[in-house]
Amino acid sequence: MNLVTETAAWLTNPAQWAGQSGIPNRLLEHVLIASISLGIALLLALPAGLAIGHTGRGAAVAAGVANLGRSLPSLAVIAIAIPVTVLVDPVLGGTVLPTLVAMVVLAIPPILVNAYTGIAEVDRDLVEAGRGMGMREREILAGIELPVALPVVLGGVRSAAVQIVATATLGAIFGSGGLGRFLVDGIAQNDDGQVFGGVVLVAGLAIATEVAVGLLERLARSPGLRAPGARPATELAPPSPLRGA
Amino acid sequence: MPDQAARGAAIVEYQHVSKSYATARAARGAPGAVNDLSLTVPAGKICVLVGPSGCGKTTSLKMVNRLIEPTSGRILIDGADIAGRDATELRREIGYVIQQVGLFPHQTIGANVAVVPRLLGWPAARQRERAEELLALVGLDPALYRDRYPAQLSGGERQRVGVARALAADPPLMLMDEPFGAVDPIVRERLQNEFLRLQAELAKTILFVTHDIDEAIKMGDLVAVMQVGGHLEQFAPPAEILAAPASEFVADFVGADRGLKRLSLTRVSELALHPVVTARVGDPAEGARARTLADPFPYLLLLDASDRPIGWISQGHIPATGALAASLATPMSPLLDRRTTLKDALSMMLDADVQTGIVVDRTGRLRGVLTVEAIAAALRPSADPEVIASATAAGGASAAPQSGADA
Repeated sequence: MNLVTETAAWLTNPAQWAGQSGIPNRLLEHVLIASISLGIALLLALPAGLAIGHTGRGAAVAAGVANLGRSLPSLAVIAIAIPVTVLVDPVLGGTVLPTLVAMVVLAIPPILVNAYTGIAEVDRDLVEAGRGMGMREREILAGIELPVALPVVLGGVRSAAVQIVATATLGAIFGSGGLGRFLVDGIAQNDDGQVFGGVVLVAGLAIATEVAVGLLERLARSPGLRAPGARPATELAPPSPLRGA
Repeated sequence: MPDQAARGAAIVEYQHVSKSYATARAARGAPGAVNDLSLTVPAGKICVLVGPSGCGKTTSLKMVNRLIEPTSGRILIDGADIAGRDATELRREIGYVIQQVGLFPHQTIGANVAVVPRLLGWPAARQRERAEELLALVGLDPALYRDRYPAQLSGGERQRVGVARALAADPPLMLMDEPFGAVDPIVRERLQNEFLRLQAELAKTILFVTHDIDEAIKMGDLVAVMQVGGHLEQFAPPAEILAAPASEFVADFVGADRGLKRLSLTRVSELALHPVVTARVGDPAEGARARTLADPFPYLLLLDASDRPIGWISQGHIPATGALAASLATPMSPLLDRRTTLKDALSMMLDADVQTGIVVDRTGRLRGVLTVEAIAAALRPSADPEVIASATAAGGASAAPQSGADA
């Protein structure tokens, strides 16, 4: 049996589609842990990024945090987190929590950096016009900066989500669930079909995440912001009914 | 929300207003400082702040809606110190137009125009109604433009939307920071004319910043010329700035052609017209000839039955007997309207290679003639309106303008 047929056989085996260690449950675990960590990362990084972008203060600190987060290997973060998380919760601290911490750490940099650069790059004339018309700072952020910067901000969320989905796989090494179990168990059991079946599932989920956030991005983007810089071909310029004096 | 009819125009008063920046900040390109600015903008007038970059004109403007706070001094709107107002509420009562327009790209044109009404919490239907009304007012068909996005508009159209947006809540005061600076000269000219026409109806109080002295002269009821360092050099109506610059700086800034610029400020109606010997078609030639020979100006102006000018007959060509026929007259002089600027009048005379223009009223009837001499008299540096009138009368009578017929 070659790898392809082995993988196909594993994926189509009805035994894999039921029970606690079946594909649906592992998929659910994977999505759950990824969603929770993305949610935490959003809660931490998005308000900070928006505030930094709006005020222009703290950009250097944010860049430092982002670079630190990016340079830490995920595996190392998980390993470092274990002694701490065990103290917090003896049961989950050894399994799910370290992975969660690692994924949050990993997800913060792209969300933070895209949020603050996206907001900071919004044309200052728009902000000035808004402020001059009597918009409060919060209204400027929510009504002008965020909608205009939304494609950039969501771009950060998208790359964070994809990285989280991929990294959640590593958690299985340390005993958490998710699709990574198939890889870890498959290697241990010398079951190539299971290993590559798991790889296919993880890759599929990552691609689906990418597509889903991309779709959200497109839906949320104002039609006025499509094709940035380009002017539509159908241009109307009727002469003004008010003729020049 | 305030009753719209009750909102007229505001009076803006600067009282010893200064703005200074720390040296470090100034080195990083802070806006221009302002030094002890005191001036009053009367209600319903356009006051143009003009000067080279760094003269503090934009700073002065932005202190009115408190985007910049003065270091010292007070600014009053309708007698009330703005320092005591909530800045956000104050801004919602002041129209604001900037050079780059700053339309929100993610919102439709309709939503952009309704920004301030939305902030003020107007009902949605009224916001929409007001946006459509304003788009029509600035010459953009609401049905065509309401649902478009700023990226789909030309620069001139965006500028119009910017003006509509500033007018949305019917503010008694508008601040305009180089509002027509980002469009090409032809569009700018049209926008300026449209805006002046709009202002003639709306009569808002307007503070208008520009670095372009020609725009200042054209747009301003009053012009404040500012010098680098934020000194007010002169604050006067444009004609006075041109006729009597208060300092060498102002004279330099308005340019060596300030005399010519004044021509575009004065209209034919402001000058005394020169009378001329006339006769109607069919009148006896003999009497007309005698009158023309007695006048220092050697031409007879032939009119039709409704007093509309047909053309000139030189005194040597007037028949001794019989009736005057239309075929004798040569139509050489341009016809001028009382609203024509002296600049346009002079240009038309130069184009026609004559020294006299015929001024007619709206129905085409003769009002008198305007000579190059009279225009030259109006240009004399000391000329004030009365002097212009008497100089015109004197100059016109003593000269013998070469007009038309035998040229």
